[in-house]
Amino acid sequence: MSAPAQPAAADAEQDSNLIIVEDLIKHFPIRAGLLRRQVGAVQAVDGVNFAVKKRETFSIVGESGCGKSTTARLLTRLLEATAGKVTFEGRDITHLKDAQLRPLRRDMQMIFQDPYSSLNPRHTVGKIVGAPFRIQGVSPPGGVKKAVQDLLAAVGLNPEHYNRYPHEFSGGQRQRIGIARTLALRPRLIVADEPVSALDVSIQAQVLNLLEDLQEEFDLTYVIIAHDLSVVRYVSDRVAVMYLGKIVELADAEALYSTPMHPYTVALMSAVPVPDTRRRQQRERILLSGDVPSPIKPPPACRFHTRCWKAQEICRTKEPPLVELVPRHQVACHFPENYPPNEAADLR
Amino acid sequence: MTTSALRDLVSRHPGHADEQPFLEVVDLRVHFPTDDGLVKSVDGLSFALDRGRTLGIVGESGSGKSVTSLAIMGLHTRPASEQTRPGARLSGEIYLDGDELLGKTPEYVRRLRGKRMAMIFQDPLSAMNPYYTVGHQIIEAYRIHNPVNKKVARKHAIDMLGRVGIPEPGSRVDAYPHQFSGGMRQRAMIAMALSCDPDLLIADEPTTALDVTVQAQILDLIRDLQSEFNSAVVLITHDLGVVAELADDVLVMYAGRAMEYGGADQLFNRPAHPYTWGLLGSMPRFDRPREERLLAIKGTPPSLINVPSGCPFHPRCSYAARNHGRSEEVRPELDPVEPGHMVACHLTKIEREAIWEHEIAPKL
Repeated sequence: MSAPAQPAAADAEQDSNLIIVEDLIKHFPIRAGLLRRQVGAVQAVDGVNFAVKKRETFSIVGESGCGKSTTARLLTRLLEATAGKVTFEGRDITHLKDAQLRPLRRDMQMIFQDPYSSLNPRHTVGKIVGAPFRIQGVSPPGGVKKAVQDLLAAVGLNPEHYNRYPHEFSGGQRQRIGIARTLALRPRLIVADEPVSALDVSIQAQVLNLLEDLQEEFDLTYVIIAHDLSVVRYVSDRVAVMYLGKIVELADAEALYSTPMHPYTVALMSAVPVPDTRRRQQRERILLSGDVPSPIKPPPACRFHTRCWKAQEICRTKEPPLVELVPRHQVACHFPENYPPNEAADLR
Repeated sequence: MTTSALRDLVSRHPGHADEQPFLEVVDLRVHFPTDDGLVKSVDGLSFALDRGRTLGIVGESGSGKSVTSLAIMGLHTRPASEQTRPGARLSGEIYLDGDELLGKTPEYVRRLRGKRMAMIFQDPLSAMNPYYTVGHQIIEAYRIHNPVNKKVARKHAIDMLGRVGIPEPGSRVDAYPHQFSGGMRQRAMIAMALSCDPDLLIADEPTTALDVTVQAQILDLIRDLQSEFNSAVVLITHDLGVVAELADDVLVMYAGRAMEYGGADQLFNRPAHPYTWGLLGSMPRFDRPREERLLAIKGTPPSLINVPSGCPFHPRCSYAARNHGRSEEVRPELDPVEPGHMVACHLTKIEREAIWEHEIAPKL
């Protein structure tokens, strides 16, 4: 079921967006019993809206089970959405068939978390990085081998390692191999799901610096999925915070980190350990009690109300919409932090 | 490092001027013979720890931090003879409350585990037996060390689960590990580790698998329980942030050796080893203005079969050239740079302070 091609939007705002996500929903059915009837659904992503501009780094941050990885897979169409719409370069890709998707893969690629399981151990580096050319039937100028060696050099690996196998490389080097592969077809969008979380600190910094250089060199747009708030702040232009399948806050990185408005964001940030002993005594930490509720049965209305210290009756009955409270800063909360209280009252 | 230097280090804690520290590791070596050669996971490590204090051991994968903790716990399989494989070859001394452990029989050390020393692992799902209820596993350990009947032990297990913040411990005691969330499992494992009131608690990456909000809860819990039980805690982690939260002393490891060792305040405010500088510069900082660019450490950690000569960090060190070849040839010993703060580096005090002040500190 392919949707008809959307007419390209004319205005500049639309034009600068590479990918637009509207009311995106992904529910994974839970089946039980003899007839495998659906008895419920994991509401992994439940109504998410955002747009990523060309050449920007957009990050989605949140704890495990918040739906950030599912969102990444919906963007790249490794998963098909239950409802909603994903528009890539003005084209609706939400329900494209496999054959229609293949050309799209040239334009969007993924970097995965685990550099051990994302590379075929039986293939040489040359074969791994050259695979996109083979699969897409592209013959790069100068031949595949030359192209692969150029890519290896671009990610800081020795081009002579063309014939080596993944096990001969360290974790950080493997991640570079994975990055070289994603760059092969000169994609426009790279979706990176926890690109550095499996790496050691010293290697993490190398890979983060590399991603930054490549963005400049190859004109890339990044969507980065991560749980590490320090890493997210370092790489991102804009950040979306997800909680139980919904975006609770979306803002420019600097604004989000200097004046977080959603209580969940505030709590998340206060929990980050900082390598500074002097701050041990001073800092005020907001300890959230309990665990994230199950996405099978998320709390009604505001999903954070069960753990929120500011929750009141309205939070249990009325879902706060994601609204732009201050320019370029969207929050879904009835009682936002860092916001004039009288104005917050008017808004309700 | 000599034992007397170690004593000096420990002596800055009040009341321990001449006594032996509660836990003392002297020149520990753990080597694994393999087909490819001898893996020197830990190669001459010494440190000391007192009751009521927390030592953070920091290092990247393969630096030997977990191997060290397993050596203290007596959990390495040791070969029957020098020639047999597999197994670990251990040498050095480990004193727990004056009792040397490496020379003891496995059975002797087994009796200490649980009662006198206990461990929290990174992954609670694989550290617990999925066939038995959480309560059963706590009761089992408790009854081995305490002659009580099942009813008393069960009450104690419920008590412990409540202490670590598990809601409704009375019914949760009969739950299986898979019925707990990640944070709850980690709490249950802490309850298990603390059930016999151990004097030494080793926490090996206790929060690495957890989300940041849950991590904060667990770190608070470890801190509270430590002050309650007055135990000595060894905290093993790769996260300098976690160390800054919890540790009194910090040991920075690289390639199986100590690079820097000192009080947490000294180490974070006046780090002295280029590797420590590198670690601090590699981390994006949450509490400072956003960095233009991270100061990554070049290269990759060395193979432990073929550890670089001299200072193991020299191939990655930006300052090795200033030592006129000594870094490549001479292995630096841990030497004091100030009371209680030691560093294994060939840079002179003047050079080091100048580099820190003019090149590193402004960029961190």
